[in-house]
Amino acid sequence: MIETHLPVAIVFTYLLFAVIGTAVSFRNKDWAQPLAVLGAGVATLFSIIAFISFLNEGEIVRYWFGNWQPPVGIEFVYDGLSGFISLVINFVAFIVLWHSGANAKAEFKSKRHVYYSVAMLLMLGFNGMVMTGDLFNLYVFLEISSLASYALIAIGNKNAPFAAFRYLIIGTVGGTLYLLGVGFLYTITGTLNMIDMEAMLPMLMDNNVAIAALVLILGGIGVKAALFPLHGWLPDAYTNASSTSSALIAPIGTKVAAYVLFRVVLYVYGADTFESMIPIDYIIGLLASVGIIYGSVMAIGQKELKKMLAYSSVSQIGYIIMGLSLMNPFGFAGALLHVLNHAFMKACLFLVSGNLRLKLGHTRVFDFDSSVAKKQPWTMFGFTVAAISMVGLPPLAGFFSKWYLAIGTVQNSNWLFLAVILVSSLLNAVYFFRILEKVYTNKDNPADLDLDAVEQDEVGFNGKAPVMILAIGLLVIGLTNAAIVGFLFNIFPG
Amino acid sequence: MEFLSGHYAYWFIFALMIVGLYGMLFKQNMVKKTIGLSIFQASVVLFFVSIASKWNATVPVKSDQFPVENVANYLNPLPHTLMLTAIVVGVATLGVAFTLLITIYNRFGTLDEQEVIEKVQ
Repeated sequence: MIETHLPVAIVFTYLLFAVIGTAVSFRNKDWAQPLAVLGAGVATLFSIIAFISFLNEGEIVRYWFGNWQPPVGIEFVYDGLSGFISLVINFVAFIVLWHSGANAKAEFKSKRHVYYSVAMLLMLGFNGMVMTGDLFNLYVFLEISSLASYALIAIGNKNAPFAAFRYLIIGTVGGTLYLLGVGFLYTITGTLNMIDMEAMLPMLMDNNVAIAALVLILGGIGVKAALFPLHGWLPDAYTNASSTSSALIAPIGTKVAAYVLFRVVLYVYGADTFESMIPIDYIIGLLASVGIIYGSVMAIGQKELKKMLAYSSVSQIGYIIMGLSLMNPFGFAGALLHVLNHAFMKACLFLVSGNLRLKLGHTRVFDFDSSVAKKQPWTMFGFTVAAISMVGLPPLAGFFSKWYLAIGTVQNSNWLFLAVILVSSLLNAVYFFRILEKVYTNKDNPADLDLDAVEQDEVGFNGKAPVMILAIGLLVIGLTNAAIVGFLFNIFPG
Repeated sequence: MEFLSGHYAYWFIFALMIVGLYGMLFKQNMVKKTIGLSIFQASVVLFFVSIASKWNATVPVKSDQFPVENVANYLNPLPHTLMLTAIVVGVATLGVAFTLLITIYNRFGTLDEQEVIEKVQ
């Protein structure tokens, strides 16, 4: 009985805690963070319960608002894909918000309660996008999450409002193009419900309007997912935003946009429809490969850790979109496993950069030396695990998603994409091992550094524990990847 | 000519969209960029409204003059209601944009994009 209400309960938990948080924190600002963590925790709990009951019963839950039957009414659909993504984003948001206390106090000072309310609204938008079964409803949630993310990016350093404004311009164009694409689909099908449209579109695929709509939606959501060449807003936005905002938006934001692409391309349109028309799937695969190489090369050239991580995000989102473009079960499973892995890895790396800013005071890559590892051993351990996973060494999680993607490319005999995956792993190794070398060997130490005098100066338990959980999580995902991939094979549509 | 005739509304919307894109791409003043954004959004709103338009039909309110059995008597109200939501979203976006612009002006003393980029670097 309760299971049927869980999809909507996850979304409304965030709405409830956004309101409660705002009301309570007017009296006492120190309650804002615990309330936000509680909100994300409750939502994570709901996602876990819903996921377990989905695994046990294998039933797709469709929640009809006001009991209006689709396609007249709006519905929330909890199936394997949306359940998986909602579990990932809620868990990561819970961990990031748990960690955010010290950083928020240092960076926002007396205005930190506003950050938590907006963060709740951001998660409301993301969860709504994941759950909804209606294309226009998705647009509304997309704009809720976008408006919240503009606000979160704007509360950073001096340049943050400018980066947020540029993101606002391009992000709104993206959202509007998506809306136009939905309008095109509405004119030919007369419905906005995804499942209803899925049944009608195969008959309409020789209609140019259906293809134009797909291109508009891909372009619009591509902006949000930072698909190359629409990634221009991302590096500045992530670099200038405060540590805790970028830790919240970077692992989750682009993944949810990638989820929308999966939903539209593989479910609403269906993999079969791509065989008979111009090779849109191959084109987005090529764009993704260029993005992978471009992001990695640009990351090597960065002096600032957060900017390096931002460019690496452009590269990693390329893997996910490439997996989508392969349109086979291995590509699908590899890409979704990479959504999970990358959410953990990027969250871990951005939390590390938050810890470093708190104690070291800067995150300039070329000023690191081995005193960092001595000062903050736990933080640097988390960084090391996440970095090795990004490069893709077994048994950490990052290896397995690349492995399944590689099998997917081999199945399609697509040697170009295989080469891109291999080359970019090498490039990842260049920019991550560069930092590990500086931190763990004594080679680059300045002459006047006295290592014996350096005392351990680690962040508190609430700063260490989330990083450790994510780092251990990467190992656990790596070791249990067979079970996760087995589940993902099962939910591959068609 | 056949390509044009009968689709004047769509050509107008297309032109409006280009005007909005031009404003966002080529204007240096960030307020003008925001105005371009607003025009761009308005063009999509007009597109939705125009796909629901119909000759010799009326608003979907039941009356004795227009029997319900004949659906050709009534407009499709759904695109209009959708656009109410989209207009609200547009207003909220403009609000956030102007808030950001005020902050940028307070910090950099200008709203010219090139000048802000120079000051950022």
